[in-house]
Amino acid sequence: MASGEEDGAVEEKETNNKKKRTKSAIATAWLTFYNIAMTAGWLVLALAMARYYLQKGTHKGVYRSIARTLKFFQTFAVLEVGHCAIGIVRTSVIVTGVQVCSRIFMVWFITNSIRQVQNQESVILFLVVWTVTEITRYSFYTFKLLNHLPYFIKWARYNLFIVMYPLGVIGELMTIYAALPYVRRSGMYSLRLPNKYNVSFDYYYFLIIVMLSYIPLFPQLYFHMLRQRRRVLHGEVIVEKDE
Amino acid sequence: MKFEHNGKDNRPTSTKLCAACYPQWYPARQSIRLDPKGKSLKDEDVLQHLPVGTTATFYFRDLGAQISWVTVFLTEYAGPLLIYLMFYFRVPFIYPPKYDFTTSKHWVVHLACMCHSFHYVKRLLETLFVHRFSHGTMPLRNIFKNCTYYWGFAAWMAYYINHPLYTPPTYGEQQVKMALIIFLFCQIGNFSIHIALRNLRPPGSKTRKIPYPTKNPFTWIFLLVSCPNYTYELGSWLGFTLMTQCLPVAFFTLVGFIQMTVWAKAKHRSYLKEFRDYPPLRSPILPFVL
Repeated sequence: MASGEEDGAVEEKETNNKKKRTKSAIATAWLTFYNIAMTAGWLVLALAMARYYLQKGTHKGVYRSIARTLKFFQTFAVLEVGHCAIGIVRTSVIVTGVQVCSRIFMVWFITNSIRQVQNQESVILFLVVWTVTEITRYSFYTFKLLNHLPYFIKWARYNLFIVMYPLGVIGELMTIYAALPYVRRSGMYSLRLPNKYNVSFDYYYFLIIVMLSYIPLFPQLYFHMLRQRRRVLHGEVIVEKDE
Repeated sequence: MKFEHNGKDNRPTSTKLCAACYPQWYPARQSIRLDPKGKSLKDEDVLQHLPVGTTATFYFRDLGAQISWVTVFLTEYAGPLLIYLMFYFRVPFIYPPKYDFTTSKHWVVHLACMCHSFHYVKRLLETLFVHRFSHGTMPLRNIFKNCTYYWGFAAWMAYYINHPLYTPPTYGEQQVKMALIIFLFCQIGNFSIHIALRNLRPPGSKTRKIPYPTKNPFTWIFLLVSCPNYTYELGSWLGFTLMTQCLPVAFFTLVGFIQMTVWAKAKHRSYLKEFRDYPPLRSPILPFVL
């Protein structure tokens, strides 16, 4: 009968809604845990760096002392790409992907593998920038998920980047530039002809291309954040250009 | 903009409507809709048959500078043909000067050049004589994007295959012969599909029909796949990868496969939407798998 069918349909809809609610409850719980853990991790890093500098009076050796913690927490951030991909976080997968990739690249393929640059001032510069940025960002997400966002965190999240982003880029670029001579001399991560796969790779030129890629990529990320800022802080409606 | 018509108007929508008033917006650039968020009207739509009253409101959108599909295809295919040959003949400034205008000592390199050139000549001829395009034009910026892709990859592959330090395939003649058979089989297959698709459509028309296997055995793959032209294209490039044993070629094959899968899935979905009786056994690009 018609009513029998209707009941069946309504029941199905209710179970579906229930499924959606449990799924988003699990997602919220996981994200809250993740963001608290990451805030804590970067706080630990900040404190470790500050303590080292106060005790030793120099920045030389700071990187070595925090290297393991840094690698752990920065690599863990790869999960964020997954969060966007499965939809529990409403950010573009590509934007997150590019940011996480550049971090992983700096940590694993520059500072971790090229020991001679580890004591450069530029490394301290980007480490400080990353630490400030990440503590702000993760605590922002945490408070948002807990529905209790203090204004100063929101302010920090959407204003500090204006200075932090360019400083971070300068630190990263200077570090890569400093690494170039060592890469050239050692021929690391490079593959020469002849070989049976008929391909070659020169890490030195690759790094130069990476440095050049900051030119188109950095402004896009920066203006993306500026647009977000205008929308969140000033409630402006930004009309995106149609494609 | 609003137009009044007396119910007997048989003019097509976009061709004459704006061209007279705004000549810089030639018809191919115009997107005319009845609803701002709806789909564009087609060139063939006639005012009289549209769901409007005596006064019609149309919404106009400038699609940007346009370029014809034929022009784009010819440019993007002519590039690889010529670029590869430049590397094959070892034109100066690519390899160390002592190798200028020399030829490779490996016969597989000559074979690869013939296959690569044949592939792109075939594509150019198909563009001129076989394909029947649904749309006349595409946005102008596509030609830069597409040419960068085709020309860039062609240069990258050709550099290694024609390099003085090229290493021939590990399993030698056996591997190359197998690869050549796969390559030729898939080239013939791809061509057969293009002919079959062309024959679905009378000249000058833009009708859409379900493609079916014909007497040509190469088209029997239509039983299992919606877009066998892409399947055969993948096969050709797998053959070329095997023939040259060159990682950049493998990479090019992979990227092409990803793009063709995206296209095949979209095509498959639109077939399913348009035709109620679409054969259920078919997959978009790989039988039973994808």
